[in-house]
Amino acid sequence: MCLMALVLAGPVQADLDTIIIDQGVDNPIRIAVVPFALSEDLAQQQNPAKLIGFDLARSGQFDPVASENMLSYPSSRNEVFFRDWRILQTAYLVIGSANADAQGRVQIRYQLFDVATQAELQTANFSVSLDQWRDVGHKIADLIYAEVTGVRGAFSTKILYVLAEGTGTAQARYRLQIADVDGQRPRTLYSSSQPILSASWSPDGTRVAYVSFETGRPSIILQDVGGPNRERLTNFRGINGSPVFSPDGKQLAMVLSRSGDPEIFVMDLETRKLRRITRHPAIDTEPSWSPDGQYLIFTSDRGGRPQIYQVELATNFLERLTFVGDYNARARLLPDGRHLVFVHRRNGVFHIAWQDLQEDRLLVLTQSQLDESPSLAPNGAMLIYATQDQDKGILAAVSVDGRVKYRLPSSAGDVREPAWSPFLPDVVMAMDP
Amino acid sequence: MHMQEKLKNLLGVLVSAVIIAGCASTATEPVEQQPAEDVVEVVEVVEVEVEEAVAGFAADNRTPLDAAGNPVSRTFYFDFDQSVVSPADFAALEVHAQILAANPGRRVVIAGHCDQRGTREYNLALGERRAQSISAILIAAGVNARQIEEVSYGEEQLADPANTSRAWALNRRAVVSYR
Repeated sequence: MCLMALVLAGPVQADLDTIIIDQGVDNPIRIAVVPFALSEDLAQQQNPAKLIGFDLARSGQFDPVASENMLSYPSSRNEVFFRDWRILQTAYLVIGSANADAQGRVQIRYQLFDVATQAELQTANFSVSLDQWRDVGHKIADLIYAEVTGVRGAFSTKILYVLAEGTGTAQARYRLQIADVDGQRPRTLYSSSQPILSASWSPDGTRVAYVSFETGRPSIILQDVGGPNRERLTNFRGINGSPVFSPDGKQLAMVLSRSGDPEIFVMDLETRKLRRITRHPAIDTEPSWSPDGQYLIFTSDRGGRPQIYQVELATNFLERLTFVGDYNARARLLPDGRHLVFVHRRNGVFHIAWQDLQEDRLLVLTQSQLDESPSLAPNGAMLIYATQDQDKGILAAVSVDGRVKYRLPSSAGDVREPAWSPFLPDVVMAMDP
Repeated sequence: MHMQEKLKNLLGVLVSAVIIAGCASTATEPVEQQPAEDVVEVVEVVEVEVEEAVAGFAADNRTPLDAAGNPVSRTFYFDFDQSVVSPADFAALEVHAQILAANPGRRVVIAGHCDQRGTREYNLALGERRAQSISAILIAAGVNARQIEEVSYGEEQLADPANTSRAWALNRRAVVSYR
């Protein structure tokens, strides 16, 4: 097990500025990401090697060589002596360089080598504006991760979360934040003196839906991520909660209690027509779609205690999915449609658990208390969740096998309810050199 | 009126209301309409309280006072994952019912809350159930449903953010606020 703490040197205004990696895989892949050669006008920028190495380390599957232990600092193929990297037992080597041109554009170039075969596995050029500096670093980390592990990287994705400050006082402030998945570059999508919760992404990443108490009662809001559009979709009597987009983005599952008790509804976003899915006096809440859009899974206490159920939308055929424990709630299906992650209570403590629906295996992924709101990365490799650290809400992430963990402590208020974005359209394009 | 007697009366009202509610759902048989006397009794109890008109509000016009002029408890606590009102709270709820019946122009918001444990949306549903439990007792005691608004905050507005069993107990509550 590797145990390390990495501190990101970065702007202090970042809300989630330090990531502590608690645990990784037993034999992480050794990779050397050599500090990129930067032209003088870029010297104040954070070296892309640092960001790339940090992204890869956070996956828990890589063990980047510390730059002070490197024997040489090549930035082009003819400066590479593979012997230097074999001595360090490095499996992969990344080198690169960046310079600014007369128009203020930045050119960034990198190469990935297999140290054993000395083969160049990847190379690309990027031509970007300076404010896309971090985007390029994350993009390179994505490409390297995909090349080495065979799984699409998710370092260029974003997270939504709620930042709550001064709760319980007259100065309470709730912010819906959007940030890079490493917690950097946060910005506020919406801010209110009243609670905000249950934020979720449209599948194309252009819109978010969430619950706001701005009218004194909960209502469901639809808002553009990049634009000015913000719409109050529902404000019925009672609960207006748990908005979740269907995989095709055309429908929104939600919870309404206008009939007296919470029921699951699906709204057609074009016609705004509501279709009622559940009919039971018990609590039915926390809907989520199967990846094929054919089923909804949801939490219900119709059996006396909260458990996860599944309903087939075409037939209304209902099935109970969880049987272990007396509190299983807020489930999400993995992209494979076969595995489930949810909040599970064991011995009075709330954990994130994983269940194989075919083999009925249950695995508890997290050991802390009061873990909630699991949200999956779009590549299904990790999930981010909310937990408590000394009575303060923070975010943490864990791999779906439970072996890799990291935390994103907050220097600001309580951080809660993370929602991992889908894969987003490229903001930086790799070009062949 | 003596306190014990009042409580008995309230329970009488509750029982009557339950009977009436029960009848309403099986109202196909005319014979079942018989306990009309109970309905009269409900009105009677309320009338008596109105005439006494001792319960009311403090100078801020928001703090409810009982007949002795003491503030009436506005916060009612619940067990974990439960929404059953404790019988110990019936007396205070009776006073609220009297005040609302005597002041038909006044409205209350009943806010249901949960502790930090469990998921947020499930707690939103549970908080609503708690608010509904309080509301059902007030309505059974003669309050017009139009005077009551229920809202659930789930675990979004904690009374005490600490993670101790004492703080959790303080958070599992419904709060009656006069508007």
